[in-house]
This record gives sequence, structure tokens and C-alpha cells, in this order.
Amino acid sequence: MLSYIVHRILIMIPTLIAISIVIFTIINLPPGNYFTTYIAQLQGSGEKSDLAKIEFLEKEYGFDRPLWQQYLYWANGLLHGDLGYSFSYDLPVDKVVGDRLLLTAVVAITTIIFTYIVAFPIGIYSATHQYSIGDHLLTLLGFLGLATPSFLLALILLYFSNVYFGISIGGLMDPKYLDQPWSWGKILSLMEHIWIPVIVIGSAGTAAMIRRLRANLLDELQKQYVITARAKGLRPLKVLFKYPLRMALNPFISDIGSLLPQVISGAAIVSVVMSLPTTGPMLLSALRSQDMYLAGSFLMFMAFLTVVGVFISDLALALLDPRIRLQAGRRQ
Amino acid sequence: MSDLTFIPRRPGGGDDAAPVPLPHYVSRAPYDPYAVDAMTAAQQRFYVASQWRMMWWKLRRHHVAVAAGVILLAMYLGIMVCEFVAPYGVDTRNTDFIYAPPQPVHIFYQGRLVAPYVLGYDSHLDMRRLERIYMPDPQKLQPIRFFCRGGEYKFWGLVPGDLHLFCPAAGGQLFLLGTDRLGQDLMSRIIYGARVSLTVGLIGVTVSLTLGIVIGGIAGYYGGWTDILTQRAMEVIQSFPHLPLWMALSAILPVSWSPLLVYFGITLILGMIDWTHLARAVRSKLLALREEDFCTAAVLMGARPARIIGRHLLPSFSSHLIASATLMIPGMILGETALSFLGLGVRPPMTSWGVLLNDAQNINVVVLYPWLLAPVVPVILAVLAFNFLGDGLRDAADPYH
Repeated sequence: MLSYIVHRILIMIPTLIAISIVIFTIINLPPGNYFTTYIAQLQGSGEKSDLAKIEFLEKEYGFDRPLWQQYLYWANGLLHGDLGYSFSYDLPVDKVVGDRLLLTAVVAITTIIFTYIVAFPIGIYSATHQYSIGDHLLTLLGFLGLATPSFLLALILLYFSNVYFGISIGGLMDPKYLDQPWSWGKILSLMEHIWIPVIVIGSAGTAAMIRRLRANLLDELQKQYVITARAKGLRPLKVLFKYPLRMALNPFISDIGSLLPQVISGAAIVSVVMSLPTTGPMLLSALRSQDMYLAGSFLMFMAFLTVVGVFISDLALALLDPRIRLQAGRRQ
Repeated sequence: MSDLTFIPRRPGGGDDAAPVPLPHYVSRAPYDPYAVDAMTAAQQRFYVASQWRMMWWKLRRHHVAVAAGVILLAMYLGIMVCEFVAPYGVDTRNTDFIYAPPQPVHIFYQGRLVAPYVLGYDSHLDMRRLERIYMPDPQKLQPIRFFCRGGEYKFWGLVPGDLHLFCPAAGGQLFLLGTDRLGQDLMSRIIYGARVSLTVGLIGVTVSLTLGIVIGGIAGYYGGWTDILTQRAMEVIQSFPHLPLWMALSAILPVSWSPLLVYFGITLILGMIDWTHLARAVRSKLLALREEDFCTAAVLMGARPARIIGRHLLPSFSSHLIASATLMIPGMILGETALSFLGLGVRPPMTSWGVLLNDAQNINVVVLYPWLLAPVVPVILAVLAFNFLGDGLRDAADPYH
């Protein structure tokens, strides 16, 4: 097991390096940088720009140096926990993003837990009651969940809450807790507000997971060992939980790998609609204004969250399935 | 055996008292030892049927998939003749009818069944709330015309014409789904928007398929270092949240590009990220198939790798590839919608369902004019149809079930 963990961690490092290179390249692809856009904007509106400060910042952040040196500077900063400087906010990036990264992580993790809690019983029910009315209904619902864009669901929820309750359900906490230090009340308020974005973001993933669990479980339930177990008179629940469910669970756990990017994508767009204080809106504006450190650090954080999530799911999978951990151990 | 003949045996010699031996049959037909193996015409047809034919037979029994296929076919036929189907032009503004609500179609007039008609609007501006009020006027009966001469258009921007499937009564209006902030008919815009939204998925999936087959094929056929390198690259791409990456990529499309170029840029971006799943499938199949005898035979006969992959290996699972490609299209349609919704995708004056939904971004607007959400209906319909069709294809492509 230990060798497996070490092996996986060693794989993560080159992956993260490659991701950082990709992100840096993408961000630097558009012509010019934040300052050229900024100066052009100022000149367009006829204002005088603080050229001395801009020049200083340009030097400080090495915009005059070749790209690979800029990359090394940025990556080095990331390693030391320095996320860089946001030019549009005129603040260090970690000051700007502050709670946002944390809230993104909280929303993503809660969504995944929600997905599991909902998908698990429904998937089992659908598989054990194949072609019943309930199964057909749930399948239809699942397909609808897959086909509905998450931002639409957000809009609909916002619409109904606005029409029927006259309140806005946007945001992740009571306005009075904004910009306050973390306290018990703030956490409670977060708990009250978080479930709507969680449902919205989680719907597509939940639907996909229900379908996958149902298909896997159906495959297992048709196998001969299940028939044997039944013939020998095992209780139905025991037959279900002892073997087929455990077999069907593997893809369920390895799914985190594809679920996490999906959840974070969903969070990014839903937060724009629901004005959540997570990464979405800020990333959007940062990308538009070429605020490269802000955008880059956001993207890097999301990718990092995903990579770590996949790592955890791989570990869970290894715990669950001895074949995986033994094989990996042999390869060492 | 149809030509059996009854030959009574006459034993030689003749006294009549001898008992007559039991009668028996002798076939005059030539002896065919394989007669029992012979198949009826129907069986024959089944056994010599090609893979594709069998897939079609199996798919035909999957009614939901067939229905989905028919809907999609209708949609794609529709986008070829948008100009004809839509009652208004894509940019036609009805400045007197800004944010007009949908006009329901009536077919009963005072209890009698009549040709479909709509009621014209009486509009006035509520100066106190600064709101346009539209009231259906029961006096203004406006029968819908069919196969009529309406607004002029250029078919695919080339051939001028003015024939429409249906259009408003002369001097009347026909806003089945209402109008937007510029007074443009939403229904017509949805029909035109389908052109972009539906083709984005097709072109994107073509890009994905090409990339997936080439890269997955190379990795799977050669194995070794190439395989390890491509595997790692795919992992990196897969561990990216799609939407933020799409956002970043489409944010770098230059503002100076024409809408058409942006459109192709967006499809490329959508296709560039999703190929990893296909590449994975191709690779794992190739890894298994390249050990088969027919592959060795081809190598021994001096076939080049490209020919072996293309002629011998890929056809053995192309049906699977098509099924998974079909299942990828909805993701791309949703991706384009999301990007355009955020204002990062296709740019006006080009219209797509996402661009139309961009108007519905503000919840206050949606509360006032809920019909602006209408473009999501075709989105959901198309995505559902592709999902069902893909499911059916996947089941049909599997010979073991």
C-alpha cells in the first residue's frame, strides 16, 4: 500500500508541472499583457496614466524578460505560496481571492457528498426494481438532469424564489457576514445558503452517477454467483450488499476523477448566475482583462483541486479493491 | 422433401398369397449430405448480413432511440432551410413590439373549428411604471398564412427568396414565442440559432474523432514510450475542469476575428479537450487487437502501420467509436451554450441558443419576460435526443448482448 501511495504522489508532480505550463501558455497566448490593454484603455478615455508605477510593476514582474523566465518566476512563487499580484485589484492575489478559493473547495466537496448521498440509494433502487414504474420515472428524471444546463436550473430556482417568495437566494451567506472573520454564525449561515448551489451544480453529476451505478449493478446482478447465492437461500439484502454492490462500487469511486472537474466547471458557471462569492465571476473578469496572475492562480488552484481529488479517489479505490493495490505494488 | 414418390415393391415370383411387404418411400432427389445445414432465406439473410446491417436491425427495435433519431433528423433538415421555416428574418426588428409576450395559437372561434389564428396586440406604454403593456385584442383576428410570400431573405446568404412555411397575416404579427429587447421574433431566432448550436457539436466531434483516432491509434499500436507519453498528456488534459479551460481558451480568441472565425475557433476549442476519452477507447482496443493473427498477417505481408490501423484494426470497432462519438455531442452542445451564455462563445450578430440565452442572464429580466428562457427547450430536446440515440447505438454496437 505504501509503495502505491508513493508511486501515485510521484506521478502527481510531473502532472502538476505540465498543468502549470499549459496554464501559463494559455494565459500568455493573447497578444500584449494587462498593461498594454490598460494603457490603451486609459489613452482611449483621455486620462493620464501613472506610467512610472506601471513601468515599475512591469519591471517587478518581469514582463520585459523572456517567457520562460516569467514562467519560472510565477511557478517559483506558487511553490512558496505566493500567488502573484493582481493588477486590476492592485492587491496581492491571495488578498483578493481570500475566502473565494476556500468557498470553492467547500462547495465542490459538499456537492460531491450530496451527489453520493442522493445517487447511491436511487441507483440501487433503480437496479433492483428494473423496469418498474419507479425505475422508469427515475431514469427519465436522470436524463432530464443530464440534459439541463446547470445555469438554467439556477435561473429557474432563482426565478421561482423571486416570484413566489420575493427573495433573492443568490450568494452563499447572509450579507452581514460578508467580509467578516469566520465565526460560528457565519458557518451556520453558509450551511443555510449552500444547498441551492449544491443541488444546482450536483444535478448533472448525480444523474450520471445514478445511471452508471444502475448499469454496473445490473451487470453484476445477472452473474451466476448471485444466482447461486439466491439459490442457497441468502436473504435478498445480504446478497445485494455482500457481493454485487461491492463490485459495482469500483467505478463509482473512480468516478470522482471525472466528477470533480465537472463539479468545478459547474460551480464556475453557476456562480456567475447566482452571484456566488466563488471563483467563477472573478475568473471571468480576470480572463477578460488579462489579469494574468489572478487568472493563472485561479486555474492552477482548480486543477490542483482536481488532481488531489483524483489522487484521493485512487487511494479509496486501492483500499476497496485489492487487485489494484497489489498490482501497483508488483510494478515497483 | 417435396418430390417423394411411392414405389410399391413387387417381390419377384408371383403367388398372391404372400404377404405384401410394408410400403416405403425412396426419394428420387440427388443425395445432399448438407441438406440439414441448409438455411431458409430469412436465416441466410441474417448470417450474411454485414455488421452495419445487424446494427441497424438491432437499433430499429430500440424505439426510443429511433424516435430520437427521427427528431434529430428533422432538426438537421430544419437547419438546412431555416430561411424557409422561420416566419421572420434573423435580424428583422419589429420596433413597435419590444418584449411582446408570446401569442397563443387559437383554432376555435366562438366554438367553431377554424383555421389557426392569433390575436393581434393592443399595446401602450404605462408611463407610471415605464412598462410596455400588450393586451390581446379580440377584434384583431389574424389567421396564419401557410406557404406564403413574406419577408425577403437570401437563402444561405446566396439565393434571394421570400417563400415561408408560415407567416403572419398581412399587416399582422406572429410572435409564437414572444420578442426580445430589440423586437426580434424569438421563434425565428431560435430556428436560426439551431444552425450554429447543432453544427458546433458535429464539427467539434469530428475534430475529437480525428484527434482521438490518430493519437489513440499511435499510442495503442506502437505501445512503449509513445504510449506512456500520450497517456500522461491525456491525464493532464483530463484533470482540467473543462469549463474554466474553455473559458480561458475562448477568452484568447482575438476580438478582431469575424463571427465566422470565432465560431470555428469555438468548435475547435470544444473538440480539442474532449478527444481524450475517444483516444483512450481507441488505445485500449488497439492494444488488444494488434496481437490478433490477422494483424500479424498484415504485418508479414508488408503493410505499413497507417494501413494496418486504418484498414484492419479500426473497422473492427468503428461501430463503438460512432456510438461514443454520438454520446459526446450533447456535451459539446451544452458547452457551446454555456460559453455563449457567459458571452465568451459565438458572438453576435451570429446567433446560437446560448447567445439568445445571454439575454436571460439577469434574473430580473427573466422575471419580467420569462419567455426569454424559451431557447433552453431546444437545447434540452437536442441533448436528450443525442443521449437516447447514443444509448441505442451503444447497445446495438455490442454483439454480445
